[in-house]
Amino acid sequence: MAEIILTLKHSLKVPLDASIISPDNFAGKSINEISSLKLWRGNKQITLGEVFDIKGEAGSNANETVITINGDLSKARRIGKGMSNGKIVINGSAGLYLGEDIRGGVITVNGDVGSWAGVGAKGGLIEIMGNAGDFLASSYRGARSGMEGGMIIVHGNAANEVGGWMKNGTIKIMGNAGIFVGANMQGGSILVSNDCGVRAGAGMRGGRIVILGYIPSILPSFRIEEIRASVKVNGDKISGPFYLFNGDFAEGGKGNLFINVTKNPHLKRYEQYIP
Amino acid sequence: MALLIKNGIVYDPLNNINGEVMDIMIDGNKIVSSINESKAQVIDASNKIVMAGGVDLHSHIVGPKVNSGRILRVEDHYKDLVAKTRFTRSGSGYSIPSTFVTGYRYAIMGYTTVCEPANPPLKMIAVHDELNDIPMIDKTSFILFGNNWIVMEYLKEGKIKECAAFIAWVLKRMKGYVIKIVDPGCEEEWKWGNDIEGLDKEVNNFGITPKEIIRGLCEVNKLLSLPHPIHVHTNMLGTPGNYRITIETMDCVKNIANNNQPLIHMTHVQFHSYGGSNWASLSSATDEIADYVNKNKHVTIDMGQIIFTDTTTMTADGSFEYKLQKLTGERWVNSDVEVEESAGIVPIHYRRNNYVHAVMWAIGLELALLVNDPWRVFMTTDHPNGGPFTYYPKVISWLMSKKARERVLKRIPRMSRRRTNLEDIDREYNFYEIAIITRAGIAKILGLKNKGHLAPGADADIAIYDFNPKQYDPSRDYKEVVRAFSKAAYTIKDGEIVVKDGEIIKPVIGKTFWVESEISRDLESSIASSLNEKFRDYYTVSVDNYVVPKDYLYKPWPIQVKAKI
Repeated sequence: MAEIILTLKHSLKVPLDASIISPDNFAGKSINEISSLKLWRGNKQITLGEVFDIKGEAGSNANETVITINGDLSKARRIGKGMSNGKIVINGSAGLYLGEDIRGGVITVNGDVGSWAGVGAKGGLIEIMGNAGDFLASSYRGARSGMEGGMIIVHGNAANEVGGWMKNGTIKIMGNAGIFVGANMQGGSILVSNDCGVRAGAGMRGGRIVILGYIPSILPSFRIEEIRASVKVNGDKISGPFYLFNGDFAEGGKGNLFINVTKNPHLKRYEQYIP
Repeated sequence: MALLIKNGIVYDPLNNINGEVMDIMIDGNKIVSSINESKAQVIDASNKIVMAGGVDLHSHIVGPKVNSGRILRVEDHYKDLVAKTRFTRSGSGYSIPSTFVTGYRYAIMGYTTVCEPANPPLKMIAVHDELNDIPMIDKTSFILFGNNWIVMEYLKEGKIKECAAFIAWVLKRMKGYVIKIVDPGCEEEWKWGNDIEGLDKEVNNFGITPKEIIRGLCEVNKLLSLPHPIHVHTNMLGTPGNYRITIETMDCVKNIANNNQPLIHMTHVQFHSYGGSNWASLSSATDEIADYVNKNKHVTIDMGQIIFTDTTTMTADGSFEYKLQKLTGERWVNSDVEVEESAGIVPIHYRRNNYVHAVMWAIGLELALLVNDPWRVFMTTDHPNGGPFTYYPKVISWLMSKKARERVLKRIPRMSRRRTNLEDIDREYNFYEIAIITRAGIAKILGLKNKGHLAPGADADIAIYDFNPKQYDPSRDYKEVVRAFSKAAYTIKDGEIVVKDGEIIKPVIGKTFWVESEISRDLESSIASSLNEKFRDYYTVSVDNYVVPKDYLYKPWPIQVKAKI
């Protein structure tokens, strides 16, 4: 494994399109070649060497390349776009569209990320130690293709609309989530280990959402099916008990919503409707 | 400045030049027969193809519905971002590119003239705003009349001269070029939530049939001596079994024709050539259509080829978009333009493994291959309805190479292959015919005398493609064809080199042209006074706020014709 270390020279004042930063683009290149890669900062095209101090060496292929980035990158967007292999470690926060269209490899962020992290993900692993913004692993506005594979783990909280139009893969949120978890979801699984906002699973047509904490209410277009003792998310067994809701019946009702029973006593009235 | 294009392999069908090696000379913005060679800038075009600049007959590039499409499809813009360069502006958009990017992409493909085919008169100020914003190409706009209340009233009352005067008034004041007819009568009916099947049912409140509207406007077109025939998108678009309506539409104006002059252009006929009775039994009816077109000289058609990609359908045919939305469940836009038209937008993803889409793909190519006379069939994708115009090189390669078609045919569902005849067609276009269906024939049918050819006196709009017919065989090396036509080696616009090696090197502003048909003074003044009354009764705007002033256009270019009234 060869490591290449990028350190931010001075803080970013205008947005930086950092889609060039990925193991696929760095692999097999010398330090000079890497520092002369072009990218956009605001409306100006500059080289990577103007923004970052670059040390270390890149591996011969993406698989053997680890990119470590130091500094506050909350204004740098599209880091790791379309990466297929290798590893990116960000010591600091990352901006919008982190790991857009990621196909493989690992991105670890020791900080927070902006909105649309993992948009269009098809594989790989994104691990976020801090909080995630809105539209985590969701589809871009208007598009109907969300996450198609891979895994995203958020150790902090995630904001609104996690996993919109998601088709496959797994999202695990260790903290709280905002409203509209799994909106228009079509497949895959979302686990929220703590509380979440209202309208979870709105418009969902498939897949499963597991909520271990408190949820203020369930949408009226969902129907309770039964109480389950446990549920599996990506092979891990999580014990409950859980209310199992089917929905969203506005869209056909093939999705499953698992809600922790003990944390949600206000949903007890649903029990009388269990068929 | 003088330019000399040396030793190019020239295809100029309007002057019967088929692949001769010759020089083209340019002085100022015109092609000339001789120049002072010592002072001229020389372009070495040896082993390259030289053609007139491309002309696109039917491409939705501007207008209110294109803009609504841009708003509806944010993701379409996000996935295709274009950075600025030293000479060009930034932009975005895949199936509905922003205005500047539209101009650049056309110029890069060697196109220099583009027609926007459907705009309601009420929205023409916005249309010209956007046309002004499209660089690199000459452009024009077709105006919709097929569902206009005033037109329908005049035709119902049999006042054909008054109708012609009104249309001349609109074309002149609103700066349009062609009478475009979309779904005649049906859109008025659609505004009441109804549908008209066939051409012989009367339109609610107007007592006129779609057939009468088409015939009436065809007569008007003749009276006004407009350069292009009526441009018809006929009824029942995209409905299985609609080929009968298409033939009926072409046939209903047959007895108005004289001297075998084209007097009806049927547009995106691919969407109108479906056999079968429902989607499950959909089949190709191109045999019947092509047979009719081959036998009747008064008709021209364009393909409306579809491409397997994610695109946006947008048409003034609002009722069809309603049906399409019911079919796909996609988000949509539908709108009513007061007095004049309706419109709709639905995104669509044409997929190779979808049986219906694969049949549609084959139908478009069959039309171009089965119509024998290339002067009467033109290449379009009905951008963006069939696919973005950036796929034209691919369509050219399918037309030029059976091998390229077979490569796609192998990968479409077997049932689609069985329901179409594309497999059995061996015809392959040559470069001469390609030059006809992409520039010469279109310029001719548009009545643009200075476009589409390279004789002295023509506009110096030239495309040079890096393809050597002596080295490559387009039938076998179809990938080379796609490469060459995607990025012109040179595009010359009005005598200036604007594109070199597929990159814009000089942004220019093109002309906006329209037609002014001169009618008698008396008729003109009587129609102008009666319009005040009609506007007061029907419109929410007054006549004064309706017209587009001439100084609104960056490069106005009126084309005068003499009307027969």
